[in-house]
Amino acid sequence: MADSPSAEQSTKTKAWNDPAIRAIVFQVLAALGVVLFFYYIINNALTNMEARGITTGFGFLDNPAGFGIIQSLVEYDETYSYGRTFVVGLLNTILVSVLGIIIASIMGLVIGIARLSSNWLVAKLATAFIEIFRNIPLLLQIFFWYFAVLRTLPAARDSVTLGESFFLNNRGFYVPKPVTEDGFGWVWLALLAGIIGSIVLARVSRLRQTETGIPLPVFLPSLGMILGLPLIIFLLLGAPLSFDYPVLQRFNFQGGVAIIPELMALLLALSIYTAAFIAEVVRSGIEAVPKGQTEASSALGLSNGQRLRLIIVPQALRVIIPPLTNQYLNLTKNSSLATAIGYPDLVSVFAGTTLNQTGQAVEIIFMTMAVYLTLSLLTSALMNWYNNRIALVER
Amino acid sequence: MSAFKPLPDLPPPANTVGPIGWARSNLFNGPVNSVLTLFALYLMYLALDWFITWGLINADWFGESREACTSGGACWVFVTARITQFTYGFYPEDLIWRVDIVFALFAACLIWLMVDRSPAKGWVAAFTLFLFPFIAYFLLRGDAFGLESVDTHKWGGLMLTLIIAVVGIVASLPIGILLALGRRSDMPFIRSVCIVYIEFWRGVPLITVLFMASVMLPLFMSEGVEFDKLARAMIGVVMFQSAYMAEVVRGGLQAIPKGQYEAAQALGLSYWKMMGLIILPQALKLMIPGIVNTFIALFKDTSLVLIIGLFDLLAIVQSALNDPKWLGYSVEGYLFVGFVFWAFCFGMSRYSMRLERKLNTGHR
Repeated sequence: MADSPSAEQSTKTKAWNDPAIRAIVFQVLAALGVVLFFYYIINNALTNMEARGITTGFGFLDNPAGFGIIQSLVEYDETYSYGRTFVVGLLNTILVSVLGIIIASIMGLVIGIARLSSNWLVAKLATAFIEIFRNIPLLLQIFFWYFAVLRTLPAARDSVTLGESFFLNNRGFYVPKPVTEDGFGWVWLALLAGIIGSIVLARVSRLRQTETGIPLPVFLPSLGMILGLPLIIFLLLGAPLSFDYPVLQRFNFQGGVAIIPELMALLLALSIYTAAFIAEVVRSGIEAVPKGQTEASSALGLSNGQRLRLIIVPQALRVIIPPLTNQYLNLTKNSSLATAIGYPDLVSVFAGTTLNQTGQAVEIIFMTMAVYLTLSLLTSALMNWYNNRIALVER
Repeated sequence: MSAFKPLPDLPPPANTVGPIGWARSNLFNGPVNSVLTLFALYLMYLALDWFITWGLINADWFGESREACTSGGACWVFVTARITQFTYGFYPEDLIWRVDIVFALFAACLIWLMVDRSPAKGWVAAFTLFLFPFIAYFLLRGDAFGLESVDTHKWGGLMLTLIIAVVGIVASLPIGILLALGRRSDMPFIRSVCIVYIEFWRGVPLITVLFMASVMLPLFMSEGVEFDKLARAMIGVVMFQSAYMAEVVRGGLQAIPKGQYEAAQALGLSYWKMMGLIILPQALKLMIPGIVNTFIALFKDTSLVLIIGLFDLLAIVQSALNDPKWLGYSVEGYLFVGFVFWAFCFGMSRYSMRLERKLNTGHR
């Protein structure tokens, strides 16, 4: 008799023991906590800002900035608005990231392959390079290149020069600036036509190979179309291109393109640091392709080039691409260290100078973070898409 | 008829064995490799020649001021004369013994934990994680138990670098575990909160996080609540680091076979018992290399605090370089900082590789 109520109870779970109900309770509590937390900090921020006399909102973006920026890809001077400083900083960040990614990829590829070299000394040197540069803080490397190397170069008058057209001094690196003249547009057009032509050729060749087994020659004709065609047009038009050489004036060089030392130091440090990581990515990617694949492709009678192009590289890339994009993303985020040496990137110009002048901490930090966040979310979305595509190809 | 007697084997040709044979097969196999080897040797000669003559033979090591640097090589006097400042920052000199005790205690705990056969590891680990931080705080900060108070703005140098890195990693581990569990949870709201948190902090550079911590945090706090600069930097570092830690923990959790979860549930364990007794002990062991790697990254990243005005090792050397009495020794200064960071990071990465190998054999 006494057992029956408890038996009944055990078939009917108590509400606080039901996982579904508990989950709902927990989540409601968590939601409450999050809401309270945000209410607390937003409320505090509003009171504090009111107390300090800071107006909220993005209206400050239209006010004139009133400070100069040493490097700008778009037109800019003191009279432009704070909104413009945001654009200038963003473009400078993109510039250093893109250049850094290109240089770091090439260096990383070379060093990664060198690490696998059959030459003992070369392999050891590559290992030493990797182990040294990836274990030293990036900021220190930036400081080293900027303060210990580039700032101690000779003054403009005693520049290190190469053929009287390239000059290196403590104000920067001066290179001749190509100036296009009338009709150069045709050369661009020819280049475009060449690229389209070689893509079509590659398609046709692949189709023919699946039908008959014999591919068309692709490499040399493509090279001819991409390089030769624009060159012929260029010469036919009478070489419509001239160079604007830097010339030493009273205090500094005029003309040409000046690469400021801040950009050079940042580029050097970013690309060397990231190259050390990329080299490891490349090495692990190549090592991930089993030796049997090489042997099987040799057994099928593929040539060395075909083996690399058709068997090894596609499989290695599958391993390499995801961590490689990660490194690219890291490089972009690390470019924010520019602020330590005064290269005018987004963080330095916008979250630094603009913030100090306006005091709009919340809005400015929010905008700066949003830029980096968008970039990394876009990249990871792209990566997921790529991974899914690759996973389908895999058997 | 005598029985067939083979002649004794001839020794292999002299140029295929020994150092010569090794060099032939590893350094000079083919014209391209020979050229590469000679080129690499030349590069090494240039670098070593410069470093040995400049940095060792012609260098000055000890002294009081730059007048001691007379031989034209590296002036390590810059480093040796200020080594106390580089290690302890502006910590009062007569109280430095307190920092030394903390360092020594920490090193002793770490060595105890790293040696494979030391007994009572659990107790030592518990001491290091739960008791040691308080001892360290009171010894460093003072202001209790009759110890003289030392403000955090006097902390600096290598000491500050180590403190930020260790606090960052120790505080971010529990938060990271919670976030990782949340990310793998079945409850949609909790999962999305954790995903947003993790992806947000992983998507922004540490520098903006530090800016935010130093500029925005005071705005978010109600009247009267104030943190000093170091505490703000640490809050920023911990928020940032816990997102990375969460991903490491998630990696460890995913490596545990599903059968372990199912077996734990079949035994009737609750969620927290399942995680605490079955899953996490196995996963944590797998995560140690990953944790060490994030620690290395964090250790290098601590140098960023100089941007918000804290004097870690790099910042203190940088400011010493701007001292008019010592202008022009930046190469020596940076080489010294670089070497210290490198020694720490390289040592830790070797340790993590050794651990990885050790753990690998246990699980195959």
